Amino acid sequence: MITYIARRLLIFVPVLLGITIINFIIINMAPGNPVDMYIDPNMSPAIAEAKKEALGLNDPLFIQYFKWLGTILTGDLGYSMSSFAPVAQLIGERIMPTVTLGLAALVLALLIAVPLGILSALKQNTKIDYLVTGLSFIGTSIPNFFLGLALIYIFAVNLGVLPTGGMQKLGGDGGFGDRMIHMILPAIVLATAIAGRKVRYVRASMLDVLKQDYLRTARSKGVHEFWVTNKHALRNALLPVITVVGLEIPILLGGAIITEQIFQWPGIGQLTLQSMMSRDYPTIMALNLIAAIAVLGANLLTDVMYSAADPRIKVG
Amino acid sequence: MSSTDIQKLAQSGVQAIPSVAVELPETRFRQVSRRFVKNKMAVIGLLFCLLLFAIGLFAPLLQPYAPDEITGDFAAAPSSAHWLGTDQIGRDVLSRLISATQVSLLVGFATVAIYVAFGTVVGLLSAYYGGWIDTVVMRITDMFMAFPFMMVILVVVSVVGPSLFTIIAVLALFSWPSIARLVRGSVLSLKQADHVRAAVSLGLRTPRIIRHHIFPGAMAPIIVNATFGVASAILTESGLSFLGMGVQPPTASWGNMLSEAQSISVLSGQPWLWLPAGLAILLTVLAINFVGDGLRDALDPKQ
Repeated sequence: MITYIARRLLIFVPVLLGITIINFIIINMAPGNPVDMYIDPNMSPAIAEAKKEALGLNDPLFIQYFKWLGTILTGDLGYSMSSFAPVAQLIGERIMPTVTLGLAALVLALLIAVPLGILSALKQNTKIDYLVTGLSFIGTSIPNFFLGLALIYIFAVNLGVLPTGGMQKLGGDGGFGDRMIHMILPAIVLATAIAGRKVRYVRASMLDVLKQDYLRTARSKGVHEFWVTNKHALRNALLPVITVVGLEIPILLGGAIITEQIFQWPGIGQLTLQSMMSRDYPTIMALNLIAAIAVLGANLLTDVMYSAADPRIKVG
Repeated sequence: MSSTDIQKLAQSGVQAIPSVAVELPETRFRQVSRRFVKNKMAVIGLLFCLLLFAIGLFAPLLQPYAPDEITGDFAAAPSSAHWLGTDQIGRDVLSRLISATQVSLLVGFATVAIYVAFGTVVGLLSAYYGGWIDTVVMRITDMFMAFPFMMVILVVVSVVGPSLFTIIAVLALFSWPSIARLVRGSVLSLKQADHVRAAVSLGLRTPRIIRHHIFPGAMAPIIVNATFGVASAILTESGLSFLGMGVQPPTASWGNMLSEAQSISVLSGQPWLWLPAGLAILLTVLAINFVGDGLRDALDPKQ
């Protein structure tokens, strides 16, 4: 297992380098640059040119790439071209709200998906099963921004029971309860698509386990049906569900962009949109890179957990 | 079977063979469609998709007004003249909804056609040749798949500039790796199948083996994946357009029709501006997903 992890980590190196190159190429396809964007009409072309020179925007592309890569490797993510704050600091400020929201959504998704998936499998081909499957399809098909708007319309505008957005009440103390209330709607939006997929996954996994011989053995030994399903079957059915949770990370990050925008949640997703609007390349590149590393790490963790949880699966 | 029967069979053999060859794919198609129609939701989904095609095809005839033309009051509520009301600059919402159907279908199908074709070729070649080609191709798919889909697409679109063409190109650019991996997987297992080994030992040329003996076997998962791909491309396009990074006004898209609802006054006071477009996306994606689900069950050889 350790050699497997070591080998996977070694493969990361060329993959990460490739990611930085793709990242760099994408950003450099941009027609404008930050100096053009923030140019003062009164600024003389010579000064604008000097500014570009100072920011290294006139160097050949591959030099710019190696310069960027060099600073990244020292852990320095550079400075934002729009707010001039260090990128690391900008991301640092925004990362906790996104992680909190993502974790809340993940937990919520599992709390919805696991019981419904089991119920659906136990009542296979009944009305309940069809209802749950239908709901899961709606969950994966509804656009997150439409769901978000609809939830704001119902709970914030019409019923007035929940806030329309933000992370805490304006001028409020930002206490735990206040934050939880602000998190309800965005967490539901993020959780819906994940729950929709997980329901079907749990159902399939449970159906698979229910056919196994050891359950028949348990039944024939006189184990009560309640324990057969809730202990013997559940344990093995849920293992694969939990282990592949890591694969939801790219979806959470992607969903965060739209969700955070709708609910004015001050996280990574909002930062991504803002830095794109202001052509803030260093921030965009750092965000992309961090997201890619998170995804790679999550994939590795998933593989490792999967084989640790199920000894029948051999890695390597 | 008597000896005369065998003789008859031998005599009729010359005529019988071509007719068998014609009927074989027919029976497979029949078998799949028989299984498919058993799934009620899949059939309803397919009918809904056909309806959408018809709307897209006959959009100019169905639109009561030109979708980009100002034809009424600003943000007027639904009435007999404007069934779904008008938007904030007085364009007919129903006409825009119909016109946007074309955009969504175009994005969905064009994207999938491009990346499925490309991904299939890459996956086939990667698995068939193996060795270092396979390793390099798989590492490249790793790189592309490591970027969170929505994030990287937004970045590229914002960099290149949003347009219908950009969206299709970018969605395709970041979607082919999953098809390539899927095809590679099925080809790797098919390579070991008896009929392919037989073809190799018969000395058939590689392109012929790929085309006639491997590709048909890999088709089923590609079809299923492509169907879900159409739904996901439509969903992603609507998200991009919602954020203002997709189809640009005045061209109507379901996603950009919802952008206006980001203001609370539109959201609370003028639901006709955003509810129909949102429902259109939901129902379309739902219908295509049901079709994909039905196809997966119908094409599954294990059932």
